[in-house]
Amino acid sequence: MGFFKKIAEGIKKTKDAFSKKLFFAFSARELDDEFYENLEEALLTADVGLTATENLIDELKDRAFKERIKKPEEAKELLRQIMIEDIDYDIPEYEYPLVILLSGVNGVGKTTAIGKLAHMFKEQGHSVVVAAADTFRAAASEQLEVWGDRAGVRVIRHNEGADPAAVVFDAISSAKARGNDVILVDTAGRLHNKKNLMAELQKICRVVDRELPEADFRKYLVLDATTGQNAVSQAQIFSEDIETDGIILTKLDGTAKGGVILAISDEIGLPVVYVGVGEKIDDLIPFDATDFINALL
Amino acid sequence: MALFESLSDRMNHIFSKLRNKGKLTELEIKQAMREIRVALLEADVNYNVVKEFTAKVSEKALGEDILKSLTPAQQIVKIVNDELCALMGSTHQKLAVSDRQPTIYMMCGLQGAGKTTMCGKLVTYLKKQGKKVLLTACDIYRPAAIQQLKVVGNKAGTEVFEMGHIDPVKIAKGAIEYALKNGYDTVIIDTAGRLHIDEALMEELVNIKKAVNPTEILLVVDSMTGQDAVTVADTFNQSLDITGVIMTKLDGDTRGGAALSIKAVTGKPIKFNGTGEKMEDLEPFHPERMASRILGMGDVLTLIEKAQDAFSQEEALALQKKLKENSFTLDDYLKQLESMKKMGNMQDMMSMIPGMNASQLKDAKIDEKQLLHTKAIIQSMTLKERRNPDIIKSSQKKRIAKGSGTTIQEVNQLLKQFELTKDMMARMQKGGMKALRGMKGGFPF
Repeated sequence: MGFFKKIAEGIKKTKDAFSKKLFFAFSARELDDEFYENLEEALLTADVGLTATENLIDELKDRAFKERIKKPEEAKELLRQIMIEDIDYDIPEYEYPLVILLSGVNGVGKTTAIGKLAHMFKEQGHSVVVAAADTFRAAASEQLEVWGDRAGVRVIRHNEGADPAAVVFDAISSAKARGNDVILVDTAGRLHNKKNLMAELQKICRVVDRELPEADFRKYLVLDATTGQNAVSQAQIFSEDIETDGIILTKLDGTAKGGVILAISDEIGLPVVYVGVGEKIDDLIPFDATDFINALL
Repeated sequence: MALFESLSDRMNHIFSKLRNKGKLTELEIKQAMREIRVALLEADVNYNVVKEFTAKVSEKALGEDILKSLTPAQQIVKIVNDELCALMGSTHQKLAVSDRQPTIYMMCGLQGAGKTTMCGKLVTYLKKQGKKVLLTACDIYRPAAIQQLKVVGNKAGTEVFEMGHIDPVKIAKGAIEYALKNGYDTVIIDTAGRLHIDEALMEELVNIKKAVNPTEILLVVDSMTGQDAVTVADTFNQSLDITGVIMTKLDGDTRGGAALSIKAVTGKPIKFNGTGEKMEDLEPFHPERMASRILGMGDVLTLIEKAQDAFSQEEALALQKKLKENSFTLDDYLKQLESMKKMGNMQDMMSMIPGMNASQLKDAKIDEKQLLHTKAIIQSMTLKERRNPDIIKSSQKKRIAKGSGTTIQEVNQLLKQFELTKDMMARMQKGGMKALRGMKGGFPF
């Protein structure tokens, strides 16, 4: 099932305030103040954030004027274009050996995303090993092992409280010995304002850089789609501290639309790489800007 | 607590602009309202709640007596404060206790909100009140969820009831029976995280509710949630008629606007907030205190409560005496540092002091490692040296540095900090908290 269909299914399940408001806005007769006010409300309600919303509306006004657009229906098409341009990035193809590290605050769905990624790479014919570097949260390794079983991949783990960098070191050694070409690293949830925990994350990255310098090393920030403007702060700090390459947006199957990625794109320029749209193992799919905005508008 | 930090920064900024003016015009008030709107929206307060809030405040602020008043800015701060309190519920709502044993608390919420961790914190909190608490594992879906609850229960020092992966309704019933037989007066039921639009799983919660009739149904909400917080809380409330809300992850840099919206939309009170990773990191939610914190008026009451938790009365008296006699030693200094650590994060505490705002605190971070070094250095001194640091000369310093695995510079630094602290404590004795205000950043720890 395609991305659009899955999202559209999610929307059908709910009385979607955002779509309703947009429908309301776009069914206006002309592009008057009320039209723009309704549009602003709709975007704010989708967590797009004040600055990004204002930027979007300014650009829409500007281009609508230049292109002599008068009808709301045409304005909608234009807004769609603007929004797609805003979040459409070229993501470089993977090279192997590949290391993917997932980081993020507590409870965004990192471990689940690792399970789904492991399944995805396995299906593509790669040989995968997972490093259970969340040694902090109670039973995190056990949870990951269940996912490892489901996906049919090996999980390297230590005891609770062990040094996460050591787990990663072991996983890399093991991958070298057994010839795995994909290493997935699960890390403990950490709030981005905790300096010592962010330093721990940097240490893990140093281990990867040192032990496997030839690898294609991607660092993804996992974001919960229900998060509000704090997501911008998360993206900012995580990308400063460990040079994050992209975002995995999870829990898009709820009523939250994840509009905050427009704010993140606006302020930090971080692309979304994957989206999580359900609880099943194949419910993680590559991000498609057009589909995402189509589902949103 | 970093919560509302930047919201309170923004509010402070808005109000200080108003304060600089003697009289206010209608236009200036309108301008201020616009800025308040922006501040609230950026803090993720729900759009409709913001709209209502600013409308109410404007209406009151534009009343004639305020424009004519000599201190219009203060009046407006008061109106905003009152309305904020009203928005979050006016007074702290305690957890209900059932007349019939056992008291049952049922936790629910989205995936990743922090339910399981919160269960452990609640156990710790209730045990302090002398309750005997049984944890119940009703999350049969997430891999290793039962295992996680067991570890949490172990940390909090209580038993976890589980029946494996069978119907959660049966597990909940079984837990109540078990509690009655084994003398538990309180049962906490941990349920699986679920999407509010997942009808089958919502039905399961309704069935658990019907089966055990919980004293409280507590919705656990991540404080970083955006505009959707209201939809989530509203849906859970409609299906389950929740009795209260617990906000989690308030120790991040979230502005926590969700906390402001939820009460307004569901009418259900926020009862607690979670502020860290340790089992003790749980605070009862006091709307009026939170409101004054948002407005940058500090939260002295919570600070005092925290201090009371960490220091005993005798310890405090003994310290006072020592300060008076000028016999405060390095041993006492170490003890102070350790009690401070018990009270929680330094920055959180400082932010509760009136007149301190977040931007002043940026440099006042305490490094946990630093505390360990300090401990090592002090413990490498002889008892005589600890009592009278003046006798520590360079050869002693060399020995101490070697003994503690640090450098002479670090020993010097510690001795200097000790003097500073002694001096500051003496000042606090005389001038109260005011003496602290002049100190920017350089908190001597």
